[in-house]
Amino acid sequence: MLSSAQTPRLLRSPAALTFKCLHTSPILTPASTSPSPSQILTNRKALLSRQTSAVDLAKSFLQRLRRHEPQISSFLYVSPDDIVLKQAEELDNRIKNNEEVGPLAGVLVGVKDNICTRDMPSTAGSRILENYRPPFDATAVRKLREMGAIIIGKTNLDEFGMGSTTEGSAYQVTANPWDLSRVPGGSSGGSAAAVSARQCTVALGSDTGGSVRQPASFCGVVGLKPTYGRVSRYGLVAYASSLDVIGCFGSSVADAGLLLNSISGFDNFDATSSKQEVPDYASQFVPLDYLESKPLKGLRVGVIHETLGNGVDSEVVSSVRSAISHLEELGCTVSEVSLPSFSLGLPAYYILASSESSSNLSRYDGVRYGNQVFGEELKSLYGDSRAEGLGSEVKMRILMGTYALSAGYYDAYYKRAQQVRTIIRNSFKDALDKNDILISPAAPSVAYKIGEKKNDPLAMYSGDIMTVNVNLAGLPALVLPCGYDGGSAGMPVGIQMIGAAFDEEKLLKIGHIFEQTLEGYSFIPPLVADE
Amino acid sequence: MALTLLRGLHSNCFRLYPSVYVARKHVRHFSVRSSQGQTAMQEKQHTQLKASTKSESAKYEEVLKNYEAVIGIETHVQLSTRTKAFCSCPYNYGAHPNTSVCPVCMGLPGALPVLNSKVIESAVKVGLALNCKLSLSSKFDRKQYFYPDLPKGYQISQFDIPIAAGGYLDVDLPVEFGGGHRMFGVTRVDLNRAGVPLLEIVSEPDMRTGTEAAEYAAELQRLVRYLGVSNGNMQEGSLRCDVNISVRPHGQEEFGTKVEIKNLNSFSSVSRAIDYEILRQAQLHSQGQADQIVQETRLWEEGAQKTFTMRKKEGLADYRYFPEPDLPGVNLSEEYISTIRDSLPELPETKRRRYENMGLNMQDVLFLANDINVAAFFDATIATGADVKLAANWIMGDIAAYMNNEKLSIDDIKLTPQELGELIASIKGGTINGKIGKEILFELVAKGGTVKGLIQEKDLVQIADPSEIEKIVDKVLANNSKQLEQYRGGKTKLQGFFAGQIMKETKGKANPALLNKILLEKLNSKP
Repeated sequence: MLSSAQTPRLLRSPAALTFKCLHTSPILTPASTSPSPSQILTNRKALLSRQTSAVDLAKSFLQRLRRHEPQISSFLYVSPDDIVLKQAEELDNRIKNNEEVGPLAGVLVGVKDNICTRDMPSTAGSRILENYRPPFDATAVRKLREMGAIIIGKTNLDEFGMGSTTEGSAYQVTANPWDLSRVPGGSSGGSAAAVSARQCTVALGSDTGGSVRQPASFCGVVGLKPTYGRVSRYGLVAYASSLDVIGCFGSSVADAGLLLNSISGFDNFDATSSKQEVPDYASQFVPLDYLESKPLKGLRVGVIHETLGNGVDSEVVSSVRSAISHLEELGCTVSEVSLPSFSLGLPAYYILASSESSSNLSRYDGVRYGNQVFGEELKSLYGDSRAEGLGSEVKMRILMGTYALSAGYYDAYYKRAQQVRTIIRNSFKDALDKNDILISPAAPSVAYKIGEKKNDPLAMYSGDIMTVNVNLAGLPALVLPCGYDGGSAGMPVGIQMIGAAFDEEKLLKIGHIFEQTLEGYSFIPPLVADE
Repeated sequence: MALTLLRGLHSNCFRLYPSVYVARKHVRHFSVRSSQGQTAMQEKQHTQLKASTKSESAKYEEVLKNYEAVIGIETHVQLSTRTKAFCSCPYNYGAHPNTSVCPVCMGLPGALPVLNSKVIESAVKVGLALNCKLSLSSKFDRKQYFYPDLPKGYQISQFDIPIAAGGYLDVDLPVEFGGGHRMFGVTRVDLNRAGVPLLEIVSEPDMRTGTEAAEYAAELQRLVRYLGVSNGNMQEGSLRCDVNISVRPHGQEEFGTKVEIKNLNSFSSVSRAIDYEILRQAQLHSQGQADQIVQETRLWEEGAQKTFTMRKKEGLADYRYFPEPDLPGVNLSEEYISTIRDSLPELPETKRRRYENMGLNMQDVLFLANDINVAAFFDATIATGADVKLAANWIMGDIAAYMNNEKLSIDDIKLTPQELGELIASIKGGTINGKIGKEILFELVAKGGTVKGLIQEKDLVQIADPSEIEKIVDKVLANNSKQLEQYRGGKTKLQGFFAGQIMKETKGKANPALLNKILLEKLNSKP
């Protein structure tokens, strides 16, 4: 069913990208052609024209999921076949009866396991929540279901989202579909790997300091971190509340954007969700036929000077540089922007995120839910439940955060980090007043080997340098693959586009055009392409 | 009476005003709303107290010549919002445990708090009523500690920016405690707790005696009830007072070591615990053992009438406060504040001043203004044109007695202010006499109806026609010739007997003045 990746070609017809398209090739093909078509739109077209059924679609995804799962281990839980197929059957019946179906009808969604689902366990990758089943759906999940999506399973992650490799999961290590000896990135490594291996159509992740964008980059998929407040956090297991956002993974910009369309908006259950109107992101995905030769003409792109220097792999730098040239070819005016506060982001992020997490994770005391270690005394019940239930990275961050918030240290750490945060927010605002988007690599390197940085947390933390500032500033950012490390056989490299607050629309527009006009690349991992 | 005197003695054992030892002339049942209505002064009536010996009270007085107490109160007022502060679960006192819970108040992973806007409204009302300056932008903070009743491991509170600060509370001390007006500073009003919404009101250390502290608390209770933001019930814990108290020699500027007292479930326990603690600390001072006063939390034990050490403070607890990231800041517009200000009811202090200006004495004023419903009843009664003093007397006398006996509140009785006004007018206008008025009143409070209707139905119109009364007098005198003889023989006390017989004959309807006048004439006229 899946054809092998084709050799890079020049600009191809983008007709297969929109509702208007007449895509007749096999519907499931993630990318039988390059560049990546929207799986959501192609599948929808096929469903509505009765070329395929939701049941067949679901079956093929389940098959592929099971085929790759032993090697990749991206899922912590997969919904039983009969439950998935029953939902697909209901959709088929609706279509048969010419009833309305939602915009995500039949779309198979993987959900990061720190996002609550009422019919599946939600462990956040932690032993302390082993077998925990929430009594409610996260708002984002509820919306997806209302749009006709089928939740196929829960994806692996670093415990509570704390990590950049997914090795921090209490349950399993996920492999990168491009190279099984490498990490998929993290913390949403399971979601990124699942989308990359086409185990599901799209996936939800969460991004506190880069947890959607860095694994997207490592796995060669599109990762979208929305503006803070764009998507309700209700049902997202809190890591650092002022930074956490639910984000989207897709194998194309359009898929990530369509997913965002469905989950955005104000929510009564999240006081920090924004009442700002949600535009129709789908309207950005215009077919290339309709575009002029310089479709991005007049757009000002600022390249963040500090992100292309020391400490960034040369292959990454050269990939990003050629992507920048591509943007110029599309009509963008590119200039370099200096953000002197950029390097302050990392320490500020780790102080703030750890501080908030030390508080957010206090609720895991073994008293009401989750794993409990019986104790004769309350203190030993608390202590032993937490000692056994929480992993070492989590404990380290709780300790760091507790320290940073303690009397006598608060001013030196937490308060100072908040001041840095304000400086960073202002510097980004200034840069985005002068530019439509800012550009940086998504990560300083491509995916590294499993185990490589496991015992060197500082090395792992420093890999977040590209992404944490965006969370501190609360801005939206889109990561999409733009090249390979070491030629076409190498690992994918991701470029990060950062937009002004609530301007996801512009990011998606630029990202989509960039993606559809990027010649010579196909971002389907060999594992899948060789099927 | 004697009992009251002893109670007074005990509970005021080191009052500075000698006048407190003068027992109240009229022991009224102040408890207008049996479950709600106590204030500091009223409660004392219900509390069984042992009288302290004379030597003890003398000792207190002696000690207090040299020392002064400094008292501040932290009051926690549970707001009577329909739902909890940060989720839409209903809150009912006494509901079975864990029957009104949701992911939010259970602190389940992924659940987020959302502030109930009623909570802010209540806080603004209280802030305004306490003459505070409101913060146009305040915020919430997390106060962190582990406790089994704290599902999230932190409490959502206000730390460094309270919603209101820098106010004061006016208090009128009860007459029997020497009376007088006091003004106590209010440091801050903040939104104190998640789950069941709690407002914290912190006073300045302005109080010096147990009575002042208890009255401050009672006035706060009145205030929150007037505002309708809380039922202020101390037994249910809707209003809790933690008292901070230190003692210092007169003339000393700096404060002594402060002790916190908890477990104060009534105003009288506030007052007595403070008085006990003042004595304890003052005695330690006077014995040169002031160093034995340590910063600690003490519990008031009602049974023993003593405070006991609960926990010593070993350094300050570090709650690791930081701004609550799940809730946006609380921003109040001037417009919002002025809308709330305009909606405030007449507050206790204003009401008392108004009643005072009507010519009521302070005891009446304090009684009537104590309960907003009683005050409303009184206001409605005088709005019918009824005489102020008479209306006050009826309400504080027979009506209060009835409510107390039947354990009813003023809203439960069948009498309306209109009919009380009518009753007062009927007596004043001579349609019925006072005795009949009383009878009618009991009908009205128990069964309802109208004054006019009852007068007609029972044929109670006063007999004010002299010729009719004369006839009855003649009849009675004729029927009691023996007594008449005795009277005329000098046993003039029998006048009462004749008056009684005549009243009996007229079923109480005779105009008493007229009756007596005619009776005397007849008795003293030559046969």
